[in-house]
Amino acid sequence: MKSKTSLSQNNPNNLDRRSFLKKLFVVTGLSTGALYLGMAPENWPLSRRDFSGLRGKPVLKPFLLNDFRVAKPLHAKEIGVGHGNSVRERLLKALNAVGGIEHYIKPGDIVLIKPNVAFDRSPFFGATTAPEILEELIKLLLFDCRAGEVRIADNPIESAADCFIKTGLDAVARKFNVRICLPDPQSFRVLHTPGASLIENWLFFHRPFIDVDKVIGLATVKDHNLCQASLGIKNWYGLLGGLRNHFHQNIHEVISELSIMIKATLTILDGSRILMRNGPTGGNPNDVLLGNTVIAGVDPVAIDAWAFEHLLGRGQKYPHYLFLAEKKGGGFIAYRDRIGIVL
Amino acid sequence: MKDPKKTNNSRFRLIFRTYNIRIVSQIFFFSLFLLSLWASWTTRVKGYPVSRFLEMNPLISLTSALSTGYVYRYLGWSVVVLIVTLCLGRVFCSWFCPFGSLHQFVRWVSKPKKRNDDDHLLNRYQYKYYFKYVLLVIFMILAALGSLQVGLIDPISVMYRSFVTTIAPALNMVFDGSAALLSEFGFETSAYSGLKFSPDVARRLFSGSFLIGLIFLFFVGINIIHPRFFCRCLCPLGALFGLMSPFTLIRISKNSGKCTNCNACLRRCEGGADPHTVFRQSECFVCLNCLDDCPENALTFKLFAKQDEHVIIGPDLNKRQIILSSLFAFFTFSFLRYNDKNSERNLSSSLIRPPGATEEEEFLRRCIKCDQCINICPTNVLQPAGFIEAGFENIWTPLMNFNIGHCQLKCNLCSEICPTGAIRKITVEEKLGKGRSSQTGPIRLGTAFFDRGRCLPHAMQIPCVVCEEVCPTSPKAIQTQDEEEKDVFGNIVLLKKPFIVPDLCIGCGLCQTKCPVRGSKAVYVTSVGETRSIHSQLLLKHRKSLKP
Repeated sequence: MKSKTSLSQNNPNNLDRRSFLKKLFVVTGLSTGALYLGMAPENWPLSRRDFSGLRGKPVLKPFLLNDFRVAKPLHAKEIGVGHGNSVRERLLKALNAVGGIEHYIKPGDIVLIKPNVAFDRSPFFGATTAPEILEELIKLLLFDCRAGEVRIADNPIESAADCFIKTGLDAVARKFNVRICLPDPQSFRVLHTPGASLIENWLFFHRPFIDVDKVIGLATVKDHNLCQASLGIKNWYGLLGGLRNHFHQNIHEVISELSIMIKATLTILDGSRILMRNGPTGGNPNDVLLGNTVIAGVDPVAIDAWAFEHLLGRGQKYPHYLFLAEKKGGGFIAYRDRIGIVL
Repeated sequence: MKDPKKTNNSRFRLIFRTYNIRIVSQIFFFSLFLLSLWASWTTRVKGYPVSRFLEMNPLISLTSALSTGYVYRYLGWSVVVLIVTLCLGRVFCSWFCPFGSLHQFVRWVSKPKKRNDDDHLLNRYQYKYYFKYVLLVIFMILAALGSLQVGLIDPISVMYRSFVTTIAPALNMVFDGSAALLSEFGFETSAYSGLKFSPDVARRLFSGSFLIGLIFLFFVGINIIHPRFFCRCLCPLGALFGLMSPFTLIRISKNSGKCTNCNACLRRCEGGADPHTVFRQSECFVCLNCLDDCPENALTFKLFAKQDEHVIIGPDLNKRQIILSSLFAFFTFSFLRYNDKNSERNLSSSLIRPPGATEEEEFLRRCIKCDQCINICPTNVLQPAGFIEAGFENIWTPLMNFNIGHCQLKCNLCSEICPTGAIRKITVEEKLGKGRSSQTGPIRLGTAFFDRGRCLPHAMQIPCVVCEEVCPTSPKAIQTQDEEEKDVFGNIVLLKKPFIVPDLCIGCGLCQTKCPVRGSKAVYVTSVGETRSIHSQLLLKHRKSLKP
């Protein structure tokens, strides 16, 4: 007896029954588990089997964007145009024509502003959203509408942090302690846009949209060589991620799809500094015309049509994307009866 | 039993041991180093002296003064370190140097706790430690001949380069990963971007970081088998301090009457300075471990200690070594220079330097390859150059890769941060050629060209002109002309065909970055026409504005 135990202890090759059974149990368990994971039919729970090789392919999990629109008040117009000497005056006139901003933004709402900060330019070149109008809009949102939170987001062409700083928007945001969302690798998710073809499922700057109640587009009026004009709808291009420079091969199509991609609460077009030539980058103060106008409204197509005709002064030969947007249901070009112009 | 007075005293000594104070200093300076890396970002820098570690490095000041004849901008700060060294010896190595602290830390972590026997062997002076003096001589002579290569092995440069291209991205990855994990559980993670070294940008790339990382890991990892191999054997900065050690005022002195030859002082000697026998002043890092460890208090840190047979004050370097290493340096210089990658007659088209960079030969006299410019570049366009595209002499110098990013118009951060003036300090006004610089015009990095065989409108009748849209000059250097053409299906299409206006092109590379023809871009920038060199001009008009 004594010699037996000492034998099994001293010689590792000499197993006793207990440890043999233990080892057998472990080996059987592990191999059965592995066999199950690898060979069990694919619909069984925990099965990792991938016979066709298709199961391991990454699955696209697109998300849908909410409809941020708010119906306009009955007697208000769909588009308001405000002229005036100060930015605040112009903005208020335009907003009051569409029923006042308090109608659209309720107290406690989380509001996202999408300015156009595509380039690293000083504000007086007209290539980016002016800090003055952003400041007035934030004031209206925070103090008049008592919005819960205001965020600003854009995915610029150049270095994002620099673009916000040098266009002066960063200083405004700091003044009111408003958060600027800059794009980092984690910020993008695939957005599904029903009815779109090019951007049906496309990487979208998702992070700033988490919990957002209302979205306001705050664009500038710019010349654009390829698509004639960069206005309110083109502004949403700045939320796309991925290889978005491929879209220039069919730019009108993609811009028209932007009009149905996001259904914003309000589109505000700042015609204070109009970039008439050399767009969309600008860089020469001589290309900038002072327009003293702000347009606001709920129909982005009509806003763009009006701005193209009256601010860029290019007549009624509207860019092709507006017609496509009308066809896709983004809005209506015919603005005549729906506009309120306040001088 | 115990004398209360004595226990108090020992507790006091336990906390205020010299090496505790030294560790605090090391942690402080290492944190300062990390802070300077963290602050080297476009939204954070705001004029803080983030390159001060490099500017206070006497080796860089001395070698760049040898190669250029001048002391650039803040390099004069290194006098502070020289004065400290003249007073206290090589304190830099064990009290301030972040690389030294890292070595010491790694050794401390990896040391087999139970076996201290081999410390006596490992920490003894070894003959090979003279090699750092040879390296110093080689790099000084190379610098004097006109090739500043000291950054290859200067500890602060190695530290910055390795952290910029390998460690900081790794830490960013950790922050990103933990932020993603936390946001899965519904935590607010926007504060995490504040921790990152380069926040709110796409993942940054550093070409050739593998080699840099490998060398860094080798230097750090070798501490496991040989404590402070880099500091004792390779560090040319330490060698410079070692050369100064005969002139230091305060040094460690041994009272041989008290010494019982117990060799306790040797056990934790950082420098391998042989405090137990003949103390080698030039190897001593002044870590002061031996003072703590000596049970007899035979070792003291003393002003004007007398020089006797128990101390060797100078480095272990003889004339023959100096002559041989000078010869070696001379031949190395000729190998480096004639392995030509970019000269007047053999201009490299891809060697595009950042704005404000001096002419190539001047650049090589100045650049220490610290890669601070690569760290601060907000668009990630600056990349460490590899052997293949830039040659051995240029390795890890900043190079613009416009496939990754572009040079932002109103940005002069790389010229702001450069400690040695390889990228001369320029203002944005000067870069754009506005205001006082309107006579000289903007700084051009090169000129863009079209590959019409790949360009969508030119080759395939497909509308595109992203390049024209993003071109930041005014008027645009890429313009378009309308042409009606039949496409491959026989349809008539109206195309905007882009072309370059070389007079206006500044070589910022935004067109190349944004070109949708990926891989080999259909519009690309080459270095011809760069302002920094008269030899690489393209247009007669531009040539005239530069002085010969």
